[in-house]
Parts: sequence; structure tokens; C-alpha cells
Amino acid sequence: MSKRIDVKDLNVYYGDFLAVEDVTINIEAKSVTAFIGPSGCGKSTFLRTLNRMHEVLPGARVEGEVLLDGDNLYGPGVDPVTVRSQIGMVFQRPNPFPTMSIRDNVLAGVKLNNKKISKGEADVLVERSLKGANLWNEVKDRLEKPGSGLSGGQQQRLCIARAIAVEPQVILMDEPCSALDPISTLAIEDLINELKDQYTVVIVTHNMQQAARVSDRTAFFNIAGTGKPGKLIEVGDTHTIFSNPSQKATEDYVSGRFG
Amino acid sequence: MTSTLTPVRSKRSALTKGQLPKYAPYVVLAAALIVGAAILALVGFNAFGWGIVSALLFAIGLVSWSAVVEGSRKAKDKLATCLVVGSFLVALLPLISVIWTVLVNGVPGLLNPGFLTTSMNGVTGVFDNRAVENGTPVLGGIYHALLGTVQITLLATLISVPVGLLTAIYLVEYGNDGRLARAITFFVDVMTGIPSIVAGLFAAAFFFAVVGPGTKTGAVAAVALSVLMIPVVVRSSEEMLKIVPNELREAAYALGVRKWRTIVKVVIPTAISGIASGVTLAIARVIGETAPILVTAGFATSINSNVFGGWMASLPTFIYTQILNPTSPANPDPSSQRAWGAALVLIILVMILNLGARLIARVFAPKTGR
Repeated sequence: MSKRIDVKDLNVYYGDFLAVEDVTINIEAKSVTAFIGPSGCGKSTFLRTLNRMHEVLPGARVEGEVLLDGDNLYGPGVDPVTVRSQIGMVFQRPNPFPTMSIRDNVLAGVKLNNKKISKGEADVLVERSLKGANLWNEVKDRLEKPGSGLSGGQQQRLCIARAIAVEPQVILMDEPCSALDPISTLAIEDLINELKDQYTVVIVTHNMQQAARVSDRTAFFNIAGTGKPGKLIEVGDTHTIFSNPSQKATEDYVSGRFG
Repeated sequence: MTSTLTPVRSKRSALTKGQLPKYAPYVVLAAALIVGAAILALVGFNAFGWGIVSALLFAIGLVSWSAVVEGSRKAKDKLATCLVVGSFLVALLPLISVIWTVLVNGVPGLLNPGFLTTSMNGVTGVFDNRAVENGTPVLGGIYHALLGTVQITLLATLISVPVGLLTAIYLVEYGNDGRLARAITFFVDVMTGIPSIVAGLFAAAFFFAVVGPGTKTGAVAAVALSVLMIPVVVRSSEEMLKIVPNELREAAYALGVRKWRTIVKVVIPTAISGIASGVTLAIARVIGETAPILVTAGFATSINSNVFGGWMASLPTFIYTQILNPTSPANPDPSSQRAWGAALVLIILVMILNLGARLIARVFAPKTGR
């Protein structure tokens, strides 16, 4: 239940502005890949191109290929909705649907698409997804309560449960812990470690310790200056990137000597 | 031992000295009322003048006392407080006055037996003259007008809400601030300013041209009212859809939900409380329109329950004709009693609509709590 992603020569534009230039990267199945780099270097922008969320913004477009197990996401006739149902996403700020209960939030991917699901199947799916997100024990007695009543960390795990309930191949996470306290962050990191047994996980993070803790491979993005496009500088095993990077810029960044 | 205890202080500590006592405003108010009454007694007493003079005296007295005791900063603060409270009272005065007048004049009409359940069909000046001479209850009621108002407003709502809501959805979700979206926004703004009589003339002329000359029905009035309602609905729904966080749309897209489903199942439910109360306020805004209904639905004295055929009465036009052309020109009192009664019913309707809007907003509001 997981697929690999191969990106070839990808350029990302906002209108005429080239935001990310010429990225080629291979993301292994059933592994955690972390994107690190300074603010504004295009990590999040690039992440959003991996499930075509990028084009939700007006004027945004890409050139190049993103292959999900060999199928080009940007090929002619590919429906972005199909892509997104295979590649889920967790956002920076927890965003449970405020009008829905915890249970309905987990079932959102199914119910919003008007798929018919029996109550028994729904119960199984809710329990499995919430257990998968390490949230079941905390919320099993209040599934009918609104999701917005949970704490920030619980809301974020609810969003992860919501994402895995649609059984995607890949889960993208855009700084999932940046709005959370250290304890909630630890819970999410443990969860990421468990998720990689079943899913391909890609995580954007500002926290280098976090990248070192959770990821198998790390990609370092950098930007030459304001108004210049972001670039992929180096990608490799996390251990190599943090201990023995081949590029000077990477070494400067991971050792904190940047700028 | 005792030295560590807090010494018993006088009531006014070093930190609170130089302040007016708490009772100061009440003292000044009492003095202002007494002095005001005395001044007014010299020129001839009336309650309105007493209020104005006392308010001025109160402001001057309190601010100058404060300036002497507390210094200029506190005095300015007191002056600002006086101005804010004074403006609030001035704004409140017409509202209370209107409600009071309508209640006093309208309750006798409303309590008249049959006022809500009979029409003006067959009620002539003879009955009114007899009512005044013999002191018998005034005959005739507003059932036909109430029915007309409810039907016309309901039909206008049925026309305006889909048009207005869909326009708002286009503007927020699909317009992308393009040329068409900006043009629509501009024309919606223009429509907001259309005088209601013009909307009435438009609807009348439109139906004269399409259906036939002299077409006056409740439906024509409903079209005229929707011309007034649509821009209000568009504007309020647009604002409500705009404040739905983009994160929720993205969350739905990321689950593989289509855009129109996202709008129907996530965006609108999140904004529904605001949209519903906006619609209710738009209804309240048009329910009291008089001019467009006079030129489109005409005026009837009997019950007409068919909104698509024949002239129709409504509460505002009922009030208008009862005051302007009393049923009995010799004794206009019964007519004006009926008009006030109808006015009271209209205000109660608007009040119910506003309460309904609050209730709807509360029922549909996104749920919180653990």
C-alpha cells in the first residue's frame, strides 16, 4: 500500500515567477523523506506539487514530470482529484472540519465523496484510522463531540487519521509539528515512525533534529537570494547529510553556520 | 510580631488618592436634574428640554469637578464617557419612541376581535361611522394584507436566495477576481443603491411587456422585491463565504474531494449560520417596502390567496391606504386604528425574523466544546 515517487526536472511557477527550479529527486516507498532548508526556499511549494495541491492557487503551474510508480501525475488527462485521493496531505496548522464530529472528520474523505458505507464498516474504519494515528484511546468515548474541541496535538493527529482513512499511497506532511508543543511533537514523530511501515511519508520541517530523528533520507533545499528560485542542493541518507554532506552549503546549514 | 501585620489603612490609600468618590456621578446627576428643572420652570417646563438641559449640566458639572480634583487626563476621560453615553442615548431615543408610539396606538387595533382573521371585504364607511357613534368594536382586519405580505415575501425569498447565493459562490470560489467577477461586484453595488420605487417600476414594466399591460399580481411584487433583496443576499453571503478559512478547502481537496462537493459539503455548512442570518435580515429589509408593491400588486380589500393572479394587499400598502384614504372620510379614527394595528404586526414580524436569524445562527454555528 505504498508507492515511490520519482521527480524529473521539475520547475514550479507562480505566474511568471519561477519559484523552484529543476528538481530531480527519487522518493523511496515505505520510507520517510525529510525536506529541510531555510524559509522561502520552496520546500512547501515543492511538496504541494507532489499531490497537485499547488495548482489550487491561481496562476500556479509546473513543468516537468512527477512519476508515482511510473505514472506521470501531470500527464494529459490526469484528474488532480484522483491524484489527491492517492497522495494524502497533512498541513502545518491542524484543520479539522469545524462543523463535523470527530467521527465524521475521520470519515470525511469517504462521506464528502458520497461513497456509501455501512455503519459497521464505518465503525471499523474510524477505529482503525484513529488507532493508526495513536488517537483512539484519547477520543474513543467522545467520537460524537466536535473535532475542534481537541487540543492542538490531538487535532493534528485527527487530521492524520483523516488522511490515512482514505488509504493513500503516500502521505505528505507540511511542517506538521510547527504549531505543537514538544510532547505533542513527540507523539507525531512516533506516529511517523509507525506510518512508514505502510506508507511513503514525505515531511517538510524547519527542525533539523526532527529531520534527523524521523527520516531515512533528507533533501536540502536552498535559495540564492530573494527573488531567485529555490533549488534542491543535495539529497541523501539522513546520516550522510548530517554527518558528511558533499556540499558546503548543506554542511553550513546543518551545522548552524548558515548566513 | 505586630510590625509584620498589614497596618490598618484609611479607606483612601496612597494609590487611590486624588480620585472622585464613587458616588460622584450620582450626586452630579441629581444636582443637574434639580437645577435643570429649576431653569426649565423659569421658561416653561417640558420634559424634552429638561432632559437636554440636565444632560448638558451633568456633563459640564462632572467634567469640571473631575478637572479640579483629578487633573486634565481624567477630566478628558469623563468628557469622552459623557459624549459616548450621550450619543448612545440619542441613537436609542428614536427606536424606543417608535416602539412606544406603535405599541400605544397599535395595541387597541390588534386586540380588536377578528383583526387578524378577517379582511376588509365589505367593510364600508357605514360600519366605521356606526362604530364611532355607538362605540361598538371596529370591524375589518388585516388577514388579507398579512397573507399577501407573507406570500409576496416568501416568493421573493425563493427567487432571491438561490440567485444571490449562487452569485456569491461564483464570486468567491470561481471568480478569481477576474473581469467578470469585478463587473458583477460593481453591478451588485449599484443594485444596492436602486431606489425601491424604481425596482417596482422595473418589475411592472417587465411584466407589462412580457405578460400583458396591466399585469398586477403578487408575483410581480415578489420580482420587484427580489431586485432589492438579491444584492443584499449576494453581499452578505459573499462576506460569509470569504471568512471560511482556505485551510478547510485545502483539507477537503487533499482528501480527494471535488471542488463543487467541497463547496456544498464543507464551505457552505461552515458559513451557513452567517448566510442564514444574512438572508433573514434581507427579508426583514424588504418586508416593509411600500412603493414597489403599490405599483406591482395594486391594492385589494379582499382575501386573495393566489400570488400569481389578481391584485394583492400587503401590510405596508394596507397602512398606506388606510391613512391616506380612510374607509370613512367623515370618521378616520377606525381606519387609523387599523393602520397602527397593522404597523404593530409588521414590527412584530420583523422582530420575529431578527430573533429567528439569531436562533438560526446559533443552531447552525460550528460546534465547540469537548
